[in-house]
Amino acid sequence: MEFDGWTALIGTGTVVAVFVVVMLMVILAVWAERRVAAVMQTRIGPNRAGPFGLLQTIADGIKLLMKESITPRQVDRLVYELAPLLAVLPAFLALAIVPFGPGFCIGGQGTDCSGGYFVDMQIANLNVGVLWFLSMSAIGVYAALLAGWGSGSKYPLLGGVRASAQVISYEAALSLSVVPVVVAAGTLDTQGIVLAQSQYRWFLLPLFIPALFFFVAALAETNRPPFDLVEAESELVGGFHTEYSGVRFMLFFLAEYVNVVTISALFVTFFLGGWTGPYPVAGSVNWAPLFGAIWFLAKTVCIIGIFFWLRVTLPRLRYDQLMALCWKRLIPINLVYLMAVAVWVAYQATGDLPRLVGGG
Amino acid sequence: MDRGHVVPPSILAPPTATSEGEQEMFLPGETHRLELTRERGIVTEVPAGSEEQLSAPGDETMIINLGPQHPSTHGVLRLMMELDGEEVLRVKPVIGYLHTGMEKTAEDLMYIQGSTNVTRMDYLNPLGNELCFSLAVEQLLDLEVPPRAAAIRVLMAELCRINSHLIWFATSGMDLGATTVMIHGFRERELILRFFERTTGLRMNCDYIRPGGVAADLPDGWADDVAEITSVIPRRLDESRNLLDDNPIFRRRTQGVGILTREEAVALGATGPILRATGVAWDLRKAFPYSGYEQYDFEVPTHDDCDVWARYQVRVAEIYESARIVEQVIETMPAGDYRVQDKKVTPPPRHRIDTSMEALIHHFKLFTEGFKVPPGETYVAVESPKGELGCYLVSDGGARAYRQHTRGPCFYHVHAMPAMMVGGLVADAVLVIGSSDPVLGEVDR
Repeated sequence: MEFDGWTALIGTGTVVAVFVVVMLMVILAVWAERRVAAVMQTRIGPNRAGPFGLLQTIADGIKLLMKESITPRQVDRLVYELAPLLAVLPAFLALAIVPFGPGFCIGGQGTDCSGGYFVDMQIANLNVGVLWFLSMSAIGVYAALLAGWGSGSKYPLLGGVRASAQVISYEAALSLSVVPVVVAAGTLDTQGIVLAQSQYRWFLLPLFIPALFFFVAALAETNRPPFDLVEAESELVGGFHTEYSGVRFMLFFLAEYVNVVTISALFVTFFLGGWTGPYPVAGSVNWAPLFGAIWFLAKTVCIIGIFFWLRVTLPRLRYDQLMALCWKRLIPINLVYLMAVAVWVAYQATGDLPRLVGGG
Repeated sequence: MDRGHVVPPSILAPPTATSEGEQEMFLPGETHRLELTRERGIVTEVPAGSEEQLSAPGDETMIINLGPQHPSTHGVLRLMMELDGEEVLRVKPVIGYLHTGMEKTAEDLMYIQGSTNVTRMDYLNPLGNELCFSLAVEQLLDLEVPPRAAAIRVLMAELCRINSHLIWFATSGMDLGATTVMIHGFRERELILRFFERTTGLRMNCDYIRPGGVAADLPDGWADDVAEITSVIPRRLDESRNLLDDNPIFRRRTQGVGILTREEAVALGATGPILRATGVAWDLRKAFPYSGYEQYDFEVPTHDDCDVWARYQVRVAEIYESARIVEQVIETMPAGDYRVQDKKVTPPPRHRIDTSMEALIHHFKLFTEGFKVPPGETYVAVESPKGELGCYLVSDGGARAYRQHTRGPCFYHVHAMPAMMVGGLVADAVLVIGSSDPVLGEVDR
């Protein structure tokens, strides 16, 4: 396959399509969160802007765009202005490796699509996709940290300190929960991980504990309740974004929800079989990629729903308890589980358990 | 404009002097023993040399203002805290942001207007404030209210207790980030406020309990309304408690947090649920019954853990006990007058003003001159939802109080906060504020 104008066009189209889909999901997620919370709390929720209040998020976005972005006198300008960008860019970049569906062929022949153009339903089909995601979420930590430091104010500072400790710790837990998946699938490529789970061999069951821990770490990683200590309103006013307003605040807000969408999509990819579904069996109909995308988005929406559900149900943890949970529970148990998975995979491959365990 | 210029964040070195005077919190190196004694509460004397144990200036501690504008200080409480990271080293409550001079105002108001004044102090317990003030005036007048008036007062005071505890339940859930609990608490409270509005005309600051009785009789069908409240609220509270009681996060956040021992509680003048959470079954409704509380059968819930969890348990149990009292009031509500039939204290009924010259004169004199109260002084205390609410009243024989002072329980609880907070984390401090349930209107008066 040559690199030509069509390849470039397809690549650009994919980027635009993913961006539009994710932005729509974010807009709907913000609305849905408020409506779902309202239903759970016997309230009404936003219902004024548009049908069922669907345009509420857009209205809020416009409001934030129009508002003045106040820059307090004490801020460190460079750091202060860099932080919201550092929040929102990695959030979108991490999306690059999310496989929304199986790839399909335009105008080509056969399994290798000779003579045509193969379209991946993801922005970048990297062979180190998992690493890309982990590194992007690691960069995201700097946003909260720098925002907390650069604001030159006390509550953001406390929020920034919490962010650095919390998110870095949970970064470790998150990575360790992904490693069993990588070991089991034998690849770092997200498409490969999905394909390894085809025919209902979802990793959720064999890797239930890593899946659970991945979800817990994802909550902490995205600063969602009950792990929203970084921006705990009742303790730190607004946490690291106390001093932000207008567009800059909107970027933090946007980044949080993009992260929620990304991490839910990756949960689906890693543990719920990605775009595989009961219909159609891969390649049996022409519209397989479309159905794949539908299955994928449906599963993702369910996971996002759990995020909302937890938010209205659980009270917040305390800082030291959060760290204890990470370092004393999640990481050790994950390590043990990883060992078990590694031994099992090696046993499957070699069929020789005693040699593996004995090291002989 | 020099946009590239970076102002160093001088967060770790706050200005050493502000114009706060006595309320200023000083840096460790500048804090002397008297200052420390003040911070920790006058009753617990600070041993010599304590100030040297404070961290040296320039160490990485930070003095931070929690409030007066802060989402979880329950009003305009301001706490100055010295933090080492997240750990609270010293706390100094600063009050006065809601000072409205109500005690001084009381000296210019006739006794008949007094209820309107005091009802605004603890705005979550308006009828309790009115009850306390009215009892004090009645004691100076040596007046006995009719049994129906006393029963109505008990009914309203207990509904107010439920109301206040529901707000506490809701806001302390909010402090923990449990937003559903917050909504539920306010939803249940709405039932009570509707009944208040139906009975007194106002949802808050009711001005209903007055010297000599209550302002109006209960409306028709009141028993059904109240019976609905007492059947719905405990049931719904059970549901809301499902979100907290057995939740491991909630238990770990509250158990062993914000400890105030029995000795400290007594020494610092803590009363109400905070004292009862240290295992002391002290309740003025039992100890010095007023308004006929001795007729009703109820328990005084206590707990021995002295922490936020214990206070939570005590307050929640009190909601159920108050509902029990209210149910008994419905059954035993006596018939008769709702205010004392003393022409010098009680205004005549409206319709008699048109027919009776004497009634017209009484009405005119009552509302222009007020009624005179014999000289003397008295102190009457009632059990408010927060603790011992006292009214000290001095009369010089005129129609206006010479001096009126309120002993607000929250004032003492704010004073006890440093004892509960020091050594904990900032997140715990927020819970301590919630568990002491301060109402700044009453603290500042």
